[in-house]
Amino acid sequence: MHRRTFLKAAAAAAFAAGLGAGPASAAGTIKIGEINSYTALPAFTIPYRNGWQLALAEINKKGIDGHQLEVISRDDGGKPGDAVTAANELVTRDGVKMLMGTFFSNVGLAVSDFAKQKQIVFVAGEPLTDAITWQKGNRYTFRLRPPVYVQVAILAQEAAKLPAKRWATVAPNYEYGHSAVDDFKKLMSAKRPDIQWVAAQWPAVGKIDGGATAEALLQAKPDAIFNATFGADLTNFVRAGTTRGLFKGRSVVSLLTGEPEYLDPLGADTPVGWIVTGYPWSQIKTPAHEAFVKAYEAKYHDYPRLGSVVGYVTMKAVAAMIERAGSTNTDKLIKAGEGLKIPSPFGEITFRAADHQSTMGAFVGKTAVVNGKGIMVDWHYANGAAYLPSPAAVKKLRPQD
Amino acid sequence: MTLSVRGLVKNYGGVAAVAGVDFDLGPGEILALIGPNGAGKSTCFNMLMGQIRPDRGSVKLFGRELVGLPPRAIWRQGVGRTFQITATFGSMTVAENVQMALISHHRRLRALLPYAGRLHREAALALLELVGMADQAVRPCSVLAYGDLKRVELAVALANEPKLLLMDEPTAGMAPRERIALMQLTADIVRARHISVLFTEHDMDVVFAHASRVMVLNRGRLVAEGSPRAVREDKNVQEIYLGTGAVYDLARAKGEATAGGEA
Amino acid sequence: MDFVVIQSLNGLATASTLFLVASGLSIIFGVTRVVNFAHGSFYMLGAYIAYTLVSRLGGSVAGFWGSIALAAAAVASLGAAMETTLLRRVYKAPELLQLLATFGVVLIVQDLVLVIWGPSDLLGPRAPGLAGAVNILGQPFPQYALFLILFGPLVYAGLWLLFHRTRWGTLVRAATQDREMVAALGVNQAWLFTSVFTLGAALAGMGGALQLPLVAVNHTMDLQSIVEAFVVVVIGGFGSVTGALLAAVIIGELNAFGIVIFPDLTLVLTFVAMAIILVVRPWGLLGKPEAAVRGGAGSIELPMRPLAPRLRLFALGVGLVLLALPLVLGNYGLSVASEVLIFALFAVSLHFIMGTGGMISFGHAAYFGLGAYGAALLMKYLMFPMLGGILFAPVVAGLGALVFGWFCVRLSGVYLAMLTLAFAQITYAIVFQWYGFTGGDNGLIGIWPAAWASSATAYYYLCLALCGGAALLLRRIAFAPFGYTLRACRDSGLRADAIGIDLATHRWLGFALGGAFAGIAGALYAFLKGSVFPDTISISTSIDGLVMVLLGGIQTLVGPIVGAATYKTLHVTMSSYTNQWQAVLGVIIIVLVIAFPEGIMGRFARTAEARTARAGDAAP
Repeated sequence: MHRRTFLKAAAAAAFAAGLGAGPASAAGTIKIGEINSYTALPAFTIPYRNGWQLALAEINKKGIDGHQLEVISRDDGGKPGDAVTAANELVTRDGVKMLMGTFFSNVGLAVSDFAKQKQIVFVAGEPLTDAITWQKGNRYTFRLRPPVYVQVAILAQEAAKLPAKRWATVAPNYEYGHSAVDDFKKLMSAKRPDIQWVAAQWPAVGKIDGGATAEALLQAKPDAIFNATFGADLTNFVRAGTTRGLFKGRSVVSLLTGEPEYLDPLGADTPVGWIVTGYPWSQIKTPAHEAFVKAYEAKYHDYPRLGSVVGYVTMKAVAAMIERAGSTNTDKLIKAGEGLKIPSPFGEITFRAADHQSTMGAFVGKTAVVNGKGIMVDWHYANGAAYLPSPAAVKKLRPQD
Repeated sequence: MTLSVRGLVKNYGGVAAVAGVDFDLGPGEILALIGPNGAGKSTCFNMLMGQIRPDRGSVKLFGRELVGLPPRAIWRQGVGRTFQITATFGSMTVAENVQMALISHHRRLRALLPYAGRLHREAALALLELVGMADQAVRPCSVLAYGDLKRVELAVALANEPKLLLMDEPTAGMAPRERIALMQLTADIVRARHISVLFTEHDMDVVFAHASRVMVLNRGRLVAEGSPRAVREDKNVQEIYLGTGAVYDLARAKGEATAGGEA
Repeated sequence: MDFVVIQSLNGLATASTLFLVASGLSIIFGVTRVVNFAHGSFYMLGAYIAYTLVSRLGGSVAGFWGSIALAAAAVASLGAAMETTLLRRVYKAPELLQLLATFGVVLIVQDLVLVIWGPSDLLGPRAPGLAGAVNILGQPFPQYALFLILFGPLVYAGLWLLFHRTRWGTLVRAATQDREMVAALGVNQAWLFTSVFTLGAALAGMGGALQLPLVAVNHTMDLQSIVEAFVVVVIGGFGSVTGALLAAVIIGELNAFGIVIFPDLTLVLTFVAMAIILVVRPWGLLGKPEAAVRGGAGSIELPMRPLAPRLRLFALGVGLVLLALPLVLGNYGLSVASEVLIFALFAVSLHFIMGTGGMISFGHAAYFGLGAYGAALLMKYLMFPMLGGILFAPVVAGLGALVFGWFCVRLSGVYLAMLTLAFAQITYAIVFQWYGFTGGDNGLIGIWPAAWASSATAYYYLCLALCGGAALLLRRIAFAPFGYTLRACRDSGLRADAIGIDLATHRWLGFALGGAFAGIAGALYAFLKGSVFPDTISISTSIDGLVMVLLGGIQTLVGPIVGAATYKTLHVTMSSYTNQWQAVLGVIIIVLVIAFPEGIMGRFARTAEARTARAGDAAP
């Protein structure tokens, strides 16, 4: 008994010494810097904040071997430059040991490069760009959500089963939209050489002219449509397209549309039978997920969005890295992060050692309307691990550092 | 000839504003261009200065064609100008307004390093002395009385050592006494410097007191020309001006000028 | 052929909404000469209020249309309130200061909307009775779109009658043409302004409310609509309602067919159109040569004077404090200080164009961005060292300003400003979409300073040396013949031309010089952040610059520096302390605008001038 207690105490002391390193950390707390686009994209980021705050409360209830986590949160206004200012403040003034967060891909990339420059670990929650863990990846950056490529691959697998031959695409005119369409075309054409691409629309993000866009697609007489618009653009496009009969007798494959952030505003207008990725939160009955929903609803009297899960798991990942590293030393954190397995509401996920990409997947299913609300039906969880390129393939993509 | 104008024509939508004007202006001469409202004086003036391009005709300064040149190029040929409504640089002091013209005259507009306020200061103050504005040299132009602005304009117009001064209604908007004084000042300066002057004017007293020659424009044409006395007695001219309320009395004008001078 | 008909109907439906918003903006500007940035906020509030009302009153015919009308009325009263409580206090301020006040309102409304209506997009019901489609040429076409196509011209007809058949309308038209005349007629100008502002706000609110069946109400509607509305107003000609209608149809149709022919060009289509139209017609399609943008009694600028000995001492003190800053500030503080210095240079360079040159620019970010990208690309592709990039950045930015400026300087007032915006947006779109070269919207990363400048202190001193040196140089140029020449062109083009000054050429060179200095700031910004993204060229960067110049006082040379320091410091610190930092910033801006209607330094300059004048009068 004595011996074990002693060993435990010694381990805790050693751990505390490791964590205590660094001038800015107050006794007993480990500071984490968090940055997101709270004013620019509140629809996603506010549920996200709820998510990490819930996780933080859970973590601090137990503590990490006697240490509490303290999160200092900053708004970047959707601007990469302001995100770097915030990151700099967090790292050099507040002395945070890790960075987490970000939504937009370019903000994520800016913070990721800052993390590399300052040699601090950054866990990106939401940014979807493939580049952040591949073409522009670095050893300091980890990313939670499945990249565009994976989500498109999950959809393409379903889409290839459709008889449709003439395909049209509509996607917002920025990197996310372009890479979604490029990936989709590449994957589909590989599976189905008979497919023709008959039209492409690139509305400016947030500024879609729904009627004109729907009409332009109608004119091309496609059998099926691939959509990557979301948010206000999506609702506008859906309304305009529905009245104009665009979706009648056509299959639609749609990225992100099943996420509550984007599906719920559609309400009774939710188009039926679209193949989408998303988050059917009310129907996932795994114990891990039910526990998460219960805790979330108890704390916020609101249901979780996908952003809530992203925030929750990002925070848990940060805590797990520190716990496994037993230190806040950057190299040790990176080592701990590589191959780190953590439980999540979607089941266990792993941060791959090769590219620091988590194996979190996505739910894919069909849209339906029940009681005037949009939901996902016939869904299943597609594990990201099955769709990610092999470690050898990503090694070729990543810059050597 | 300092200035030779031949066959100057300007139409606006088929209406002739100026319908063929010819005249000459000799060195040192002070020529007045008068006429009722809408006679085409301003159009004529603006064509001479390059603000408006004539449809036809020629304007020669010492034999060199001015038609087709912008105002800034005409100025570089040695033509100074004052405006009916004064145009000065409101954010500059009185002296700086004159210095600006001197800087332009000496082609230093694009200099990036010297202090503009120190360039040609003496010459500017000398010009201001000439027009009686030296004591106000450091005041902002934006706070000056209207009569004083007219004097500043005169100093500015003299900055490029012009051979010809074009003055559009030089005394418009001034009190009667001030008008005579300003015109007397102008006449003294141009005579001393041997500058030719062409001016338009509403006030006949001013015209007959100072012009060495007068031209009368009506409906775009010159209808009379000659010495002030001859024009004043011209039946045609009297008819044109009949009922416009313009009074002219040489003796009175002279008397007031003297009074103004003594005050 | 069928497609052409249907698509042109789609274009017309869009045009109707554009017209509603733009006509209100145009009327307000025509009479009050206020560039109202908050017009987009009126539009957004119209949509949110209508959503709430429909949720309460229900989606019946009476409930829906009643909600639209009530929302428009509610926004109208907000507009009236804003005019009487805020704008009325600053009408006499120098030109464009009212713009700053309306910008403060934009910031406040953005946060207010989030607090009241929450972050989620809100999709309203379809219009009762107009929810379906009718068959046109064998294709279903939404009834609601048809309604909009009719409603726009109906509003136009109503406005026409109002302006041509009522005494009030006659006064408005007269005021649009010549405000002094109306004042001379003994009309109560305050009442006229308030009523015009109310009408404009009502139109914007209605435009927003009518979007309910089309789009989910969201908190980005304000900025999206304001830019488009300005484009339409400028193309049509400020103050011309008919012009606004014409321009709305052009933009609506251009978008409808543009996306079919050039689906990739959605980001720039309208700006390219605006640029072409403004180059050909400098006052828009139906506009008239413009009376100056609002300037009041206080707008006459004082002559520039070198600093008085006491102020010179003060400036020396500030310089010493800046040099000693690394002794007090930590690394983060120094990097914020570096950012303030960079934006001070940006504001000073914009002031050179706007203040000294008298050319309002809404697109100065183009040259900041060209400098930033110039340095980054030279480093990335040609392995330029950091200093080489910073030295070349002004060349890149200056060349860009030479090309764009050639077109811009031929225009004046808000038209010039909007052309600069068009060029900035075109630059933005090129950078944003040229993935192979500029990295597109994912930007260029890894642009860190050279090793010797990588510490926060070293980089701060580099910024201090370059920004301070550049700002002093620009100050010197303002006092030099070239600066005087620019002010001469600004004060009186007529007189400048009559003393041998080539206006267009000098304004052009002035514009390019201002652009080149912005390029230095851009390059320093790139290395400070370690990356460049298209947002350096975005409208919001241009507006930041504008806000700094106006806040500090456009009529003084020190103003932009004080404005940049105030605004940037507030921006950075507020966002660390509160989630509602935008609203706080908005309130501070409004308080500053009311307290210092000539900008912060403008006030001091006038006080100092009065003191000098008194001293001068006392001395014999």
